[in-house]
Amino acid sequence: MAMTNSGTAVVTLPADTQILITREFDAPRHLVYRAWTTPELIRRWWSGERGEVTVAEVDLRVGGKWRYVMVAHGGFEVAFHGEYIEIVPNERIVSTEVFDGAPGAAAVSTFTLTEVAGRTTMTLLVEHKDVADRDAHINSGMEGGMQEGMDKLEQVARSLL
Amino acid sequence: MARAATTADAFNAVAEPRRRQILDLLAAGERPVNDLVALLGLAQPQVSKHLRVLRQVGLVDVRDEGRQRMYRLNGYPLKPICDWVKKYEQLWSERLDRLDEVLADLKDAEMKDTEDGADGDDE
Repeated sequence: MAMTNSGTAVVTLPADTQILITREFDAPRHLVYRAWTTPELIRRWWSGERGEVTVAEVDLRVGGKWRYVMVAHGGFEVAFHGEYIEIVPNERIVSTEVFDGAPGAAAVSTFTLTEVAGRTTMTLLVEHKDVADRDAHINSGMEGGMQEGMDKLEQVARSLL
Repeated sequence: MARAATTADAFNAVAEPRRRQILDLLAAGERPVNDLVALLGLAQPQVSKHLRVLRQVGLVDVRDEGRQRMYRLNGYPLKPICDWVKKYEQLWSERLDRLDEVLADLKDAEMKDTEDGADGDDE
C-alpha cells in the first residue's frame, strides 16, 4: 500500500515562551495516541533521522514519569524526561518536559488530538518559563547538525527582501 | 503593558501579533501608513507605535514621498529566526514522518484484526 505523507509539521511561536507544533495524520486518533505513548512504537519515530532511540520509558498515569534517550549518529546522547500531569486517553496529555542538558529548564507540554473523518490533527504546545529556556529547548535537538532545508530557507529569507 | 525588552531584537518584535500582521501586509509591497491604519483597523498612534518598534530592529524601512510616509519590509533580520525555527521544524518533521509509518502499520494490523475477527464483532 502506498504511504500517504499526510502532512507537514508546522512550528510556530504563538507567544514569547511557547512553541506550537501542529501536524495532521491520516489515521484515527486512538492510533496516533497509541503510537505516541507505547515505548516500542516511540522507539521507531522519536529520533527522526538522527540516530537510534535507546530508552523509551512511559509510566502513563498522573504522577508517572517518562524518559526518552536517543544516541545520535555523532555518538552523543540526547535525553528528555518528565512527569505526567493530566491524561485523557486518546485526547490529551499534559506533562512536564526537561532536557537533560538543561535540567533547570522544565517546560510544560500539552499534547492534543482531534479527529475528523478518520484524520487526526495533533497539536503539541510546549510552554517554557522564559525565553532563555525556550531557546535552550529549541537548540537541544540540533546537535544532529542536519543542514538540509537550509538552502530553501535562504531563498525564503531572500524573497522577503 | 509595554516591556522595554521587546524592542531589543527582531525576535521579540515579531512576538507581537499585530506587528506580525503589519509585516504580512508589507510583504505584499510598500504602503503608506494610512493604508496600514485602514487595513488593521487600529488607531494611528497604535500603528505608529508598532512601526517604531519594527524600525528599531530594522524590520521596516521608511521614506517620505510627498506628504506620505511610506513603509516597506526589510526581511533580513528575520533570517536568524527563520533558520532557527526551521531547524526545529525539520527535527519534528522527521519524527512525525516516521510516526506516519508507524500509523500505517497500526492501521494495517487493525484492519487485519477486523478481518480475522468474527463478522459483526466490531462496533
